[in-house]
Amino acid sequence: MQGGKARKVRKSGYHNQKKLFGIGMLYLLPAFVFLGVFLFYPMFKTLYFSFFEVGGNGQVGEFVGWDHYIELTKSEEFRKSMKGTFLFVLYTVPAEIIIAFFLAVLASEKLKGIGFFRTIFASTMGVSVAAGATIFLFLFHPSLGVLNNILGMFGIDGVEWLTSSDWALFSVAMTTVWMHLGINFIILLGGIQNVPDELYESADMDGAGYWSKLFKITIPLTSPVIFFVTIIALIGAFQTFGQIDILTSGGPAGATNIIVYSIYQEAFQYGNFGFASAQAIILFLIILVVTIIQFKYGEKKVHYQ
Amino acid sequence: MIRKFLMYTLLILSALVLFFPILYAISASFMQPKEIYAGELFPSSISFDAYKEVFDSIPLLHYLMVSFIMSFMVMVGQLVISSLSAFAFSFIKFKGRDLIFFLFLSTMLIPWEATIIPNFLTILNLSWINTYQGLSFPFFALPFGIFLLRQHFLTIPQELWESAQMDGCSRFKFLIRFVIPLSKSSLSALGIYGFLTTWNQYLWPLLVTNDDTVRTVQIGLKMLIANESSSSWNMVMAAVVAILLPTLLLLFFGIKHIREGLTAGALKG
Repeated sequence: MQGGKARKVRKSGYHNQKKLFGIGMLYLLPAFVFLGVFLFYPMFKTLYFSFFEVGGNGQVGEFVGWDHYIELTKSEEFRKSMKGTFLFVLYTVPAEIIIAFFLAVLASEKLKGIGFFRTIFASTMGVSVAAGATIFLFLFHPSLGVLNNILGMFGIDGVEWLTSSDWALFSVAMTTVWMHLGINFIILLGGIQNVPDELYESADMDGAGYWSKLFKITIPLTSPVIFFVTIIALIGAFQTFGQIDILTSGGPAGATNIIVYSIYQEAFQYGNFGFASAQAIILFLIILVVTIIQFKYGEKKVHYQ
Repeated sequence: MIRKFLMYTLLILSALVLFFPILYAISASFMQPKEIYAGELFPSSISFDAYKEVFDSIPLLHYLMVSFIMSFMVMVGQLVISSLSAFAFSFIKFKGRDLIFFLFLSTMLIPWEATIIPNFLTILNLSWINTYQGLSFPFFALPFGIFLLRQHFLTIPQELWESAQMDGCSRFKFLIRFVIPLSKSSLSALGIYGFLTTWNQYLWPLLVTNDDTVRTVQIGLKMLIANESSSSWNMVMAAVVAILLPTLLLLFFGIKHIREGLTAGALKG
């Protein structure tokens, strides 16, 4: 008698669980459909394409195995593109975070009218890639541009910002740093403001100066946020496209042909979908490795409250 | 006192340097071509000629409308899908929930750019080139949005759901009547974020549009630069200002929401 009851309960529990699972799936269905069609499927398809010869309208040709990847290791152009990509990361990520942190420290002061400055510092978040790059295209203009005019006032010869292969990547990086300051600033400011006031008050009582408070309280306590911003900035740098397309189109002589631009060119201008897919897989792997390394080693140095 | 003076000096200097490109774009948009040639910093008189010219020569209003519709569609799509998913991850205790959540989270590792080739082919095969569906559907499911909302939904006490259940409230009603109104700050942060990032999109609209039907402002601007000679920089800057205005205004009015929403996500993550 009692056994029968227990079985009944267990059975209804099982039914309940099945029902819950169904309900859960129902709520997740839209996400599954859209992620499936536009993320999971294309990710596997990219991997598949990378082992085939694929033409410009998607017709899959012969199986080539690892040929595309082998070709990548030999390609002078791709080596240049990878070098450019890593240099670009080096030019942008540290500068973005240091400048944004400096601005966030400044804007965390409790002063009159600080809200105005915060809004100005965040403003580049509302600047689109196309608009921002277009403004800099004008600023970089060899004869009409403000930058060369200012240099001229000091008697310095104008710089070929976008037309010299020594400068172009740096100029694109400068534009990128400017465009990313807004979002990094906002996130870092939030982190700094979350540091409890009492810590500063007790430091004041101990007679700590501005710099010692900055290095002993502000920076260690905001390290999780700095860590978060670094990941976002790194991933963003690897995905750069719009400013390259507007400022340099990958030139001069491939100096700014960094990875996403290289994928775009290979696929949509030369029509080599297979070869471009192999590059896309490399991009995926780079981001995967960078993120894993950061979580493995970066997180240890991060101070959580 | 000296410290205050120093702080204000640094703040003003930083603001000037940082805002200079935008200020200069505004200034140049009011100039005459000869002032551009002379490399002036300020126009001698405010002239709206460049604006008239640019609105006459390209369908800028149409581009702005397309961008607006596309961004609005993505924003609504993201809010609906993220809310539904986040609700499942916080208020429905089903088996395998954590595993599926982990699967969703791990998709944040996939750079969207790595999937553009098959995605382009999907849109091509569906004959969705030059359509709003083609522009917006690929961005409807945003794992970051699901994560952000789940973090917020988890702060709503489960007891609220239990008592609502006793009053005969269905799950869906509970989501609409309680969870959504209680999560306004996160929802508006996500909404503004989604709108801004879609408005600013560049690579995808470049790929899936090839005529003016659904051309976005960003691509319209690229076309303008490609077609105009350097003498019409005042016109180009007028177009830039027209494009910047909506997003800058949205940012200035929505900045508080974004800050609260985004930093909450960053800190809890």
